[in-house]
Amino acid sequence: MAKQRVKFTFPQELITLPIIYELGKQFSLVTNIRRADVTEDRGWVVLEVEGDLEEIERGLEWVAAKGVRVDPVSGDIVEG
Amino acid sequence: MSFAKALRCRECGREYPLDPVHVCEFCFGPLEVTYDYDAMRGTVTRERIEKGPPTVWRYADLLPCDAEDAVDIGTGFTPLLKAERLAEELGLRRLYIKNDCANPTWSFKDRVVTIAATKAREFGFKTLACASTGNLANSVSAHAARAGLEAFVFIPSDLEQGKVVGSAIYGATLVAVDGSYDEVNRLCSELADRYRWAFVNINIRPYYAEGSKTLAFEVCEQLGWRAPDHCIVPLASGSLYVKIWKGLQELAKLWLVDSVHTRMSGAQAAGCSPIVTAWEAGTLNIRPVRPNTIAKSLAVGNPADGYYALRTFAESGGSAVAVSDEEVVGGMELLARSEGIFAETAGGVTIAGLKRLAEAGRVARDEVVVAFITGGGLKTQEAVMGSLKAPLQVEPHLASFERALSQREEQAPVSGSA
Repeated sequence: MAKQRVKFTFPQELITLPIIYELGKQFSLVTNIRRADVTEDRGWVVLEVEGDLEEIERGLEWVAAKGVRVDPVSGDIVEG
Repeated sequence: MSFAKALRCRECGREYPLDPVHVCEFCFGPLEVTYDYDAMRGTVTRERIEKGPPTVWRYADLLPCDAEDAVDIGTGFTPLLKAERLAEELGLRRLYIKNDCANPTWSFKDRVVTIAATKAREFGFKTLACASTGNLANSVSAHAARAGLEAFVFIPSDLEQGKVVGSAIYGATLVAVDGSYDEVNRLCSELADRYRWAFVNINIRPYYAEGSKTLAFEVCEQLGWRAPDHCIVPLASGSLYVKIWKGLQELAKLWLVDSVHTRMSGAQAAGCSPIVTAWEAGTLNIRPVRPNTIAKSLAVGNPADGYYALRTFAESGGSAVAVSDEEVVGGMELLARSEGIFAETAGGVTIAGLKRLAEAGRVARDEVVVAFITGGGLKTQEAVMGSLKAPLQVEPHLASFERALSQREEQAPVSGSA
């Protein structure tokens, strides 16, 4: 089993959708939220996802394709 | 000696031993080095610092590792120049330029990497790694060579050849990743989990970031042990800006300077300005952006320290400003022509930002102002190529020279690329 720590940033139009629930269900991943800040016009969630490595990758691609920004918890790693 | 005490989560405050870890296991918040300031008081004095080497290692007592084991290529104690001609141009009286072009790989990144490489060797890592489009890659490669460590540098596959050379020369293994900027970020984050490497700005980040404090220490010492009234700092991840503030606070805590009243202002290029946008909107929430600017060394769309930078703006009363790419080029030219300093695009952002702030009255005429120039211009020559004049072309005789001299206002811009 693999684990990955990520940050999801939701645009306003996706805030009300159960994307984290769907991610867990569709890709058989355990999602574990550690920090979050969600208001009516934006939101971010820091969480760990655990499961099969390929399913994690597929799942995170699915989340990104939905329009949610997916980043490592430590922000941008590529620096100038 | 180092007085580092623990790593502390910047979100929930939980403490951890001084290990190669960077996020809190409880809330995944970032970790930061804390020090035993009570033990430092009385031991860390101006005299003790002044007896140290003319490098960042004169401040070893305020850093998370000991100077005796340093991976040192001679970083720091760069010039602080009184910029009288530029000050006059901007309507200021006491303007100083902190010129970090003078570091061994020509950028401030040597400050953070000298600490990261030292800690990496102390922790027993055999490999130093980073993902970078320029300055960081150069510095990691150079320090790994000096330390006898292997270096892995991840770069976007479309990076210009000139930028590859500045890392490859040191013997680093360069890995060109064929993917988007976000994909490079994700890959490196996964690699940092999988390989026992010292990724300087991932698992070594708490120590790495401390190196930026030395800019604050040097400026205060060079000003005669006083804090400036106003700092102008370029913003990428926001870490440099936040750590300069931390450095100023530490000097005050240790009674090495009087109380700090410095206003911390920051500048970004408009094509990548998530911190400035949040500051203007009066929110602490950063909306990540896709960078589109010539200031590539500041092109961090999802800044790790953006939130903490916004808090520092509020605490210090500084201003945030975004400038266009045209203003960046103008800033580079203004600094070069008025003070003889050829900065990279990030320096253009700083000077253009300072100009804007001065015009808006957000920098007062009589303040002691320090503008931070974080890297040399030879690495980003393409930014100014189109706006500089070509050489006068003359035949080897006097008449030809005098004819060319009389026509020099009509010269075409330089063409070609760096």
